[in-house]
Amino acid sequence: MYDTIIIGAGMSGLAAGIRLAHYEQKVCILERHYTIGGLNSFYRLRGRDYDVGLHALTNVTPKGTRKGPLARLLRQLRMSWDDLEISPQVGSEIVFPGNRLRFDNNLDLLRSEVAREFPKRVDQFEQLISEIVDYDDLDDTHAAMSARERLTELLDEPLLIEMLFCPLMFYGSAREHDMDWGQFSIMFRSIFMEGLGRPQAGVRLILKHLVRKFRGLGGELKLRCGVKQMKVADDEVKTVVLENGEEITGRRILSSAGWCETMRLCDDGQPVVSRAPGRLSFCETIAAIDLEPKTLGHDRTITFYNDNEQFAWTPPDTPCDLRSGVICSPNNFEYGEPLEGPDGGGTVRITALANFDYWNGLDEEQYKLEKLRWYDAITDSAVRFIPDYRNRVVDTDMFTPTTIVRFTGHDNGAVYGAPDKQADGRTHLKNLFICGTDQGFVGIIGSIVSGIGMANMHCLRD
Amino acid sequence: MDRSEIREEVLDILKDIAPDEDLSDLKDEQSFREQMELDSMDFLDIVMELRKRHRIQIPEDDYVNLASMNSTVEYLEPHMSDIERV
Ligand SMILES: Cc1cc2nc3c(=O)[nH]c(=O)nc-3n(C[C@H](O)[C@H](O)[C@H](O)COP(=O)(O)OP(=O)(O)OC[C@H]3O[C@@H](n4cnc5c(N)ncnc54)[C@H](O)[C@@H]3O)c2cc1C
Repeated sequence: MYDTIIIGAGMSGLAAGIRLAHYEQKVCILERHYTIGGLNSFYRLRGRDYDVGLHALTNVTPKGTRKGPLARLLRQLRMSWDDLEISPQVGSEIVFPGNRLRFDNNLDLLRSEVAREFPKRVDQFEQLISEIVDYDDLDDTHAAMSARERLTELLDEPLLIEMLFCPLMFYGSAREHDMDWGQFSIMFRSIFMEGLGRPQAGVRLILKHLVRKFRGLGGELKLRCGVKQMKVADDEVKTVVLENGEEITGRRILSSAGWCETMRLCDDGQPVVSRAPGRLSFCETIAAIDLEPKTLGHDRTITFYNDNEQFAWTPPDTPCDLRSGVICSPNNFEYGEPLEGPDGGGTVRITALANFDYWNGLDEEQYKLEKLRWYDAITDSAVRFIPDYRNRVVDTDMFTPTTIVRFTGHDNGAVYGAPDKQADGRTHLKNLFICGTDQGFVGIIGSIVSGIGMANMHCLRD
Repeated sequence: MDRSEIREEVLDILKDIAPDEDLSDLKDEQSFREQMELDSMDFLDIVMELRKRHRIQIPEDDYVNLASMNSTVEYLEPHMSDIERV
């Protein structure tokens, strides 16, 4: 009998596991996939290393900072700032037709950019910042309020509102067309007020630290060990049944598989609250090029673009949304030494909204062809905003919403899960809790914080 | 353990929780919250480390005693005087 069984070896499951193992619990993480990381894994293809999710870590505050999610996470996991080897971003931008807002890890740049592009809105923008500074993420009175409504009250410049929404929605909104005010404030702080950074070795470095730590504390990690079912009686999970038929027991279960997905695993089949799964999913193109992007004149870390005045945050009617996207170059961080591919080149990645049903409905042959076709379409769309790199490409890869399903099991390939979150992590069963994406915190830092928080709240109190 | 040994032990826990923190000039009479900006999760950790290392159970109502080094040592002394320092 385990003290706690954790479903999923993504960021949240591993972080929860470390907390529990540190306090001498007998804990086991069950992961369906053959590797760890969930949405944030890594792979090697034709001699090159790629990350699956990571563009950048959010919430990056300098060493020695005591406040904020990164500092809290390091203390809770007993890690040192240096362990993560984070290099800050060079600088990013939000580009709309005729307007550009640059930002970096010092809010003053964004302030001056807003003053340059929208000189009449300087005071309103300051007012917005002060509300966000004052937002208390432990007091949820206003958390669920519409951010769009609040922003419209604060800023009478619709274009500025759209430009601010664009990066924050791309990096963390499960809700279509809008965000909760709480989530908006958290994302605004994590991206504009704290900042972006990346370990030179990518997400593998973070995962390596997490898994070493977990195993070093005596935690068990079982790969290729999907959970097929949870047998329920007397309002609790009695037995966890694995895909290979094996049955194991635990006093508590903490699941990072998603809300709807976890409910389906329970054999009573009755979620108290049935809720809609999310529908927002991504395609991502990855290009290895034969030189560093900055040699081509592209030195931005992340470019968020949108080709018209309104930013649409809904699943597109087309296979991919070609109007907007996120361009990321892992080369454009302030590393001590340049990040080089095997032949001295660089990488450019583009994320665009995608339609899950379309990609899911293709047969294997069509899927391959459509991937090629939409790789080109997304790239053609993105080079309207950055220097054209298409004739420097030496290798490519692409993933779609169905890839996300394969790696995470999240319904519809919904990157940020269901729009309605379960902030306290509780379910209708007294020993089953959820953590990760559907608890409410997203992104790498967010999901780690979620795993820690849920482990503390539900699994360490007795 | 005597008072100075208990102090060392608490210091060790703080070092463990915040490895990047320089604790050499920690003021014993000033609160941890002010000096290190510890939050409620961190205080829970101090409690849990004491339980893990010395099997001391601290009821939730007593957490207020862990505000500063002085008050912590004061509070822990009767609980830890029988424990041998290892
Ligand atoms: C293209 C893309 C780019 C991204 N970029 C960034 C970025 O730049 N910065 C950032 O901070 N975040 C980024 N993210 C978001 C980030 O990856 C996620 O928010 C985070 O990884 C979620 O972690 P999690 O632990 O909640 O869930 P997951 O990573 O989904 O983990 C859940 C795990 O549970 C396992 N599982 C599911 N069902 C079962 C079962 N029945 N039995 C056993 N195991 C099961 C899954 O295999 C998976 O490993 C990106 C995501 C995508 C898709």
